[in-house]
Order: sequence, then C-alpha cells, then structure tokens
Amino acid sequence: MALFKNLTETQIWKSIFRHKYPDNTRDQALAVLSNVFLHLHPIKVRKSGVRMSFTWCMGGVTFFLFLVETITGILLMFYFRPVVEYAFNDMKDLREVTPMGIMRELHRWGAHLMVITVWLHMLRVFLTGSYKPPREFNWNVGVILLVLTLLLSFTGYLLPWDQLAIWAVTVGTNMARATPLLGHEGPGAALLTLGDIPIITAGSDVRFGLLGGTVVGPATLMRFYVLHCVFIPMIAGVLMAVHFWRVRKDGGISGPL
Amino acid sequence: MASTTPPTRTANAQLTRRSFLESVSTGWFIFTAACIAGLSATARFFFPNDLFEPPTRFKIGLPENYAPNSVDENWKAKYRIWVVRDGEKIVILNATCTHLGCTPNWLLTEGKFKCPCHGSGFYRDGINFEGPAPRPLERFKLSLAADGQIEVDKSRKYQKELGQWNDPDSFLKIS
Repeated sequence: MALFKNLTETQIWKSIFRHKYPDNTRDQALAVLSNVFLHLHPIKVRKSGVRMSFTWCMGGVTFFLFLVETITGILLMFYFRPVVEYAFNDMKDLREVTPMGIMRELHRWGAHLMVITVWLHMLRVFLTGSYKPPREFNWNVGVILLVLTLLLSFTGYLLPWDQLAIWAVTVGTNMARATPLLGHEGPGAALLTLGDIPIITAGSDVRFGLLGGTVVGPATLMRFYVLHCVFIPMIAGVLMAVHFWRVRKDGGISGPL
Repeated sequence: MASTTPPTRTANAQLTRRSFLESVSTGWFIFTAACIAGLSATARFFFPNDLFEPPTRFKIGLPENYAPNSVDENWKAKYRIWVVRDGEKIVILNATCTHLGCTPNWLLTEGKFKCPCHGSGFYRDGINFEGPAPRPLERFKLSLAADGQIEVDKSRKYQKELGQWNDPDSFLKIS
C-alpha cells in the first residue's frame, strides 16, 4: 500500500494521470475530460443508459466488433499478399498452415456478426424512436456508417480470390453499369457524347474506375484491398467519432420515457 | 463609373473597399479553380491507360476447324467466347450471362448453356429459355481475314432483341 502511495507520488505517474483517484464528482468528471480515449464518452450516463433490455448494447457491440476486425485485419496483412498469383494460396495458408491462422476465421465471422449487429442496432434505434429530433442528424450519420459496413464486407469478399469471390463481385459491380449518367448502360449515358463519339463507354465509366479494367482482374484485387484496409476504415473511423460525439451532444443515449 | 488608376502597392497606398473585394474574390476564384483541377486530376488517376486484358480483335483459325452443329469451347478461357457452327453458319457467342454477367457452362449432353450463378439456360443458338436471364446471349462480329482465318471483333456486339442478328457481320456463311 505504501509502495502504491509512493508510486502515485512520482513525477512519472503524475505526468500521466493529472487527477487523484476519482472518488468525488469533480475528479470523476475531470478524469473523463482529460483522457483522450474517454473524452468522446459523456461524463455522466443516465441510469437507464446501461439498461440492456432497452439499448441491447448493440452500438457498443458493433464498435467492439469493429475493433476486433481492425486488430485481426492488421494481423492478416502481415501474411496476405493482394496479388493474383498469391492471394488465394495466402488465404489457404492462413487457414491451414500459419500459426494462429484462426485470426482469418475471427476476421471473417466477426465481419458477418458486425453486419448483423449493425442492423440490430438500427432496429433498436427505430423501435425506440431514437431517430426523432434532436437525434435526426445522428440517424443519418448512422445510415452512412451502415453503408460503409456493407462496403467493407463487399470489398473484403473479393480478397480470398476464389470463384465465389470473383463471381460475387462480378455480379455486384455489374450494377455500376446502370449508374445514371456515369455508367455506360445507365439512363442518360447516351446523352453524353462528343459528336458521334460516346464519352461514357465500358472503358471509361464509373465501373471501369472502380475495377481498374473492364472485368474483375488483378487491378480490381489491389483496388479492393486498398479500399478495404485503408480507405473505408479511415472514413468509418472519422464518422464513428462524429456518431459517438453526437450521441452525447444530442441529449445522451436515449432512454425509456 | 469613370475609369480609375489601379491602386499601387506602395506602403501608403489607399486600400479601397472595391480593390479589396476584387483581390479577395480573384483569390477565391483561383483557389476554387485549383481545387477543382486537382480533384479532377485525382479522379483521372483511377482510370488506367494500359490494361492487362486480352485483345478485343483476334484470329481463331480456319472455318473448317469447327465441326458442323458443334459448340467449340477452346477459346472460352482466353477470350470468353463460344464458336457455334450450325450447318454452314458460324456465330460467335459472348460467354457472359445476360442476367448478371457470370460465365455459363456448355452442357453437351443436354445441349444447352447453363449459368452456375442463378440457373439461366440458353439453347445452342443463344436464345434464353429458363432462369432469370432476360434476353438471349450476345453475338460478336466475325469476318474472314486475308489468310483465310476467322477474325473476331469483340468491340461490335449484336443483340437479338434489337433485331441485330440479321446483320451480315454477325454470322459467317461457309460456302
């Protein structure tokens, strides 16, 4: 006990923790406020805010799964090479040879689970009417986060580079052909011409830009890898910060009336 | 408004409201234009000039190599086409399902193309008859090259529902 007391008196300890053990309201508030990891969280939570039967903790579970996906995903990046010659075999190696390669299954099942929990979270927010003012903006942020979660699933789908992956993404990206104006089979694309020469063709439309070619190929694998590992998680991270911050700013986590 | 001499940039020059607003709006205009140019250039970055894909014009050998009333699958892996000969007529079928773009299989014993993704079926001439495919398979342009080989041009396609299968470039008659 004396050792602990001496430890808390050292300059190193004091430089990290600015406040004494938070046993009073003021220090409890300051401990949250002065911590970069806690400061997105509200200083005080209503008693009903921790009632599982009301919130299902689905937002929290989703965020937890996002962290699981981030950690296992970074670990997988040490082995997986997003190149046509290696991708499928690297994925199989992770499953069958690599020590603790179960990380790959954790990543996969965690992804499935995250899609489910995101939907359940949305369902809970809908059923409790928590989308109503003043929370309508945060509902919209949540809808974008839902789309980003689905896009993370979709881009991750291609990476094993097996038949299922290639054809599922072929089917999925064929929808981009029908994008208004920007897809070469979409409405309005025929209007964009230079004299007789169409501007939006199979080699210049939005699907071409997404795939890096006219078919799902090596360029697509690399593009989806970068989108999956860097681009979408980065945007999702920023929006999650906004999402959590607005929960607190728009009246705290919703509770029973 | 009478023309005035532009304000000089000396230390004691008068900075009028008008000249201030002019330079501010010029600055914002240049800044906005630079942002748009930069974003457009970045968007262009995603559209590669060189593709590592098979050529769209290629030769597939002499017409005699294809047996009458047969479906030839030898070019499917490389060029994604079938060569279908019906009597004296040869057509090139696009091996892309018209439902959602998968590659169907040729089932010889059943005499039909069957897509593994959602079960669309096509007769040997490319007409759809089962599953969700909304229209027949597409055909590609073919012609006889100077050396007697069949030359396929995948950049020209012919769709039956548009009445394009009567186009003389969409089939080859062997005399």
